[in-house]
Amino acid sequence: MSLFLIAALPFLGAVFPALLIRAGRNAAASAAGLTTFLALMGLLIHIPSVMRGEVVTARFDWIPGLGLNANFMLDGLGFLFALLILGIGLLIILYARFYLSREDPMGQFYTYLLLFQGAMVGIVLSDNILLLLIFWELTSLSSFLLIGYWRHLPEGRQGARMALAVTGSGGLAMIAGMLILGNIVGSYDLSVIIQNKELIQSSPYYMPALILILLGCFTKSAQFPFHFWLPHAMAAPTPVSAYLHSATMVKAGLFLMARMWPVLAGTEAWFYIVATTGLVTMLIGACIALFKDDLKALLAFSTVSHLGLVTMLLGFGTKIAAVAAIFHIINHATFKAALFMTAGIVDHETGTRDVKRLGGLRHLMPITFTIGTIAALSMAGLPPLNGFLSKEMMLEETVHTTWLNSHYLVPGLALLAALFSAAYSFRFVGHVFLGPERDDYPAHPHDPPVGLWLAPAFLVVLVVLIGLYSAAIVGPLVAVVSSAVIGGEKLPYYSLKLWHGFTPALYMSIVATLGGLFLVSLHKRGEQVWNALPRPEAKDIFDAVIGALTKLSQWVTDELHNGVISRYAVIMIAFTVGMGFYAYSTGTIGLETRVPLPAPIIPIIGWICLVGATLAIMWFHRNRLLSLVLIGVVGLIVSMAFNYLSAPDLALTQISVEVVTMILLLLSLNFLPTETPRDSSAQRRWRDAAISVVAGIGSGALIYALMLRDFAFPTISDFHLANSYKGGGGTNVVNVILVDFRGFDTFGEIIVLGIAALIIFALTEAVLSTNVRAYLLNRKPHWPQSGDSHPLMMVVATRVMMPIALMVGAYIFFRGHNQPGGGFIAGLIVAIAYLMQYMASGYTWAIERQRFFYHGTIGWGVLIAAATGLGAWFNERPFLTSDFGYIHWPPLEEFEWATAILFDTGVFLAVLGAVMLALDSLSRFAWQPGMAQEFPMDINPLRDDPPEEDQEKEQA
Amino acid sequence: MEALVASAVGVMTAAGIFLILRRRTFPVILGLSLLTYAVNVFLFATGRLALNAPAVLNKYKDVPYTDPLPQALVLTAIVISFGMTAVIVMIALSAYLSSMDDHIDMSAQDSVDGAGEDA
Repeated sequence: MSLFLIAALPFLGAVFPALLIRAGRNAAASAAGLTTFLALMGLLIHIPSVMRGEVVTARFDWIPGLGLNANFMLDGLGFLFALLILGIGLLIILYARFYLSREDPMGQFYTYLLLFQGAMVGIVLSDNILLLLIFWELTSLSSFLLIGYWRHLPEGRQGARMALAVTGSGGLAMIAGMLILGNIVGSYDLSVIIQNKELIQSSPYYMPALILILLGCFTKSAQFPFHFWLPHAMAAPTPVSAYLHSATMVKAGLFLMARMWPVLAGTEAWFYIVATTGLVTMLIGACIALFKDDLKALLAFSTVSHLGLVTMLLGFGTKIAAVAAIFHIINHATFKAALFMTAGIVDHETGTRDVKRLGGLRHLMPITFTIGTIAALSMAGLPPLNGFLSKEMMLEETVHTTWLNSHYLVPGLALLAALFSAAYSFRFVGHVFLGPERDDYPAHPHDPPVGLWLAPAFLVVLVVLIGLYSAAIVGPLVAVVSSAVIGGEKLPYYSLKLWHGFTPALYMSIVATLGGLFLVSLHKRGEQVWNALPRPEAKDIFDAVIGALTKLSQWVTDELHNGVISRYAVIMIAFTVGMGFYAYSTGTIGLETRVPLPAPIIPIIGWICLVGATLAIMWFHRNRLLSLVLIGVVGLIVSMAFNYLSAPDLALTQISVEVVTMILLLLSLNFLPTETPRDSSAQRRWRDAAISVVAGIGSGALIYALMLRDFAFPTISDFHLANSYKGGGGTNVVNVILVDFRGFDTFGEIIVLGIAALIIFALTEAVLSTNVRAYLLNRKPHWPQSGDSHPLMMVVATRVMMPIALMVGAYIFFRGHNQPGGGFIAGLIVAIAYLMQYMASGYTWAIERQRFFYHGTIGWGVLIAAATGLGAWFNERPFLTSDFGYIHWPPLEEFEWATAILFDTGVFLAVLGAVMLALDSLSRFAWQPGMAQEFPMDINPLRDDPPEEDQEKEQA
Repeated sequence: MEALVASAVGVMTAAGIFLILRRRTFPVILGLSLLTYAVNVFLFATGRLALNAPAVLNKYKDVPYTDPLPQALVLTAIVISFGMTAVIVMIALSAYLSSMDDHIDMSAQDSVDGAGEDA
């Protein structure tokens, strides 16, 4: 099965549980299980090639410009982790089906679980570090959902937040580290990066990259001092804890350290950072675990401790230590997942996870007792179980390690940690299952149904088998994985067996086991000492830090973002002006190379009108209606100027937009105050005037300087001019640019325009559903209403003009490709044709006769444009490639067809719909009951009776 | 001609910015419209000015053409600015009708109320 499919299957499958939950919980669980099973089978197919040491790859260039390629590879290391993720995932899915209660939304659970699974598989199969980062962040997000699954529990929500904050910020650090690493090597492909050990380790950026990447790994794998999130994440349902926090997610950091081992390991920095962190974590985790009463907290800290163990082994930087690390990862995944499930069963059946309330369960729950005991003894490191083997290897390695010239420090502390580890394992067995039977369990304990114990039982069988026949069962796997970790070099000599003779490790094991037994027997007294000791509570520190950060950001936001928009505007404009001044004072300006165009009298008159109108707006802006009229003058002059300066398309667009904008502003002015009161001080007005004059002089001078100089670099416009007819089939280059060269831009623009119109519609709906409607209905208009609101002359004239206007629209549309015009302008013209009817005959009359819906028009416009663009794919061309040709139908003239016209149709419809929807929404503010007139005109020759008002007037 | 265009851009920019800095919605909308004109003309003028040289290809003889690219960009900018103006007008209108206040700045009291709602 292709690696793409293996990585994608969980994501695809994630849809099904959410949908199938309506068909029942079994359906949802089966869908999740089947998906996982398929992915697992797909993975297992690759066993032969992986075991031969080959690397299976699947490559797809996604965004090559960024070095982001969807490349996947499957080597021994990836295979082991994928096997753990999918294999244990399958067991967890089975277990969760029986663990979750009727009230829990199981569909959601499996969907989240599969999302998480997909992200994890993605991490371990990625051959591109950018892709890996994406999956890495996805695991943080999906684990957030899983930890907070019981969202009614405050601990669940807090734990989820804490996990997200810690692992997420570690992920951010890792992004930086990975980018540095990629820059050093010049490639973001993992397979390339791990070939470049010398290059990376000699780079001056090695240290920052190392520290940043390790931050990501340590936070994810709960290494000291970031270990505190893991116990709090135990608020999650037990299947989640068993899956995420023993077998998979917390191992992602270990995976990455193993993955990067060939290039990052082997330096002093690596040894002292990684091995020390691992050692400290191992010791602290084991020590705290001994004194935890909550079963899951005990297991959580023991996980922290074991993760520290593996980290330390990887940190040693020797090949044999790497082998031991890999072996322990396998062993830990088996016994710890089984232990978590056992804890879940105990919790499920007795109603408590508190060790102090348990004990004596061995006769009540014999199956659970067997499973839990074997797993715990493996965790304690007793022969002949698998935990013993890897712990022996670990101890053996510590003996050969010197830390700052001390031969005894590392083995001594490791021995201490092993001793604690044995102690809490014995406590798990002793205080839960052994001892006298009690009569105060919250629920009557008994063994669970087979569905619940099957998964841990399977794992425990593995624990025993790996312990007894390690070389036969996992020997080849360990060899393949280890050689993948150490970068394909020759494996050192090691043997996976129970009896190595009387080695130092054996003596240490014996000491640890006996010491552990001794410690458990002293547990009561030890606990008193422990509770009396002052120790920092990680959660309080975390909460304090987060609280301070929240306060800080709240303060910054309040100060910067105080809602005074005019202040933002002043700051932005002053800053822009300042930047402009800086550029001006530091840059150099070239010589004038262009001769200014002559200025005949007509443009000068236009200029006088424009500047006069603009200044008049400044002067009279308190009179809002007058300033609207003046702004219309400005718009008209601007469109005339466009026309004069060889931009007919712009002139057409500007003038039609001008009409629509004016109608819009006039309509809105209907409801706004007609005067602007004077409410800023003289000082402030002078300040504003100064800023605006400086900005005006700056922009005017800039464009003046620009216009008198030729382009400093060759322009791409020549390409457009040369290819417009040849490549785009149109002679109007502006239109060809819009629908062809830069069609994607235009496509985006019409979507934006459509969204703007929908926002307007939504705002209108929202406002009109409040008490604003009542206000509007009782509102007195600003100005006396015309007695003849729909004048006969105007009604008749617009009716006559309607078909003509539509014809003009069609004409402008069709000539657009070769002559000034096109979809944008045609859309505006047709919109104006409809608006004329609104104005002349009344909104209600017009809307009743309108047979199309604006939302649909926008939608069809965007869809047609998109479909035209997609059509290019069928000819194996990129999106929005246009095609054209010529047809000759006698007796017609030869004419051209072009797919661009379809695209332009989309533009036309979207513009039409957007403009109409915007104005239609605004018109609804003016709606009054009884406005709907049966008759289109106030004075209708067909009408027998004069309107009622007239009768009343006559009577009066 | 260049001087006319440049000074017009300058005047429109200045007037637009002055109006944007007012404290009521309607002058701000007017100011944005003026600034839109100024920016559009500015962008258009970056293609340099030309008379009687529209970028419509002549099949029969070689004639000079003006720069089509800024024109295409400005064309969409004009249409988009209509959309933007319409949205702002609607926001201003809704805000005014809901609160009977057309100030653009939030008062200190508003900020306190807003913070209360967030919490």
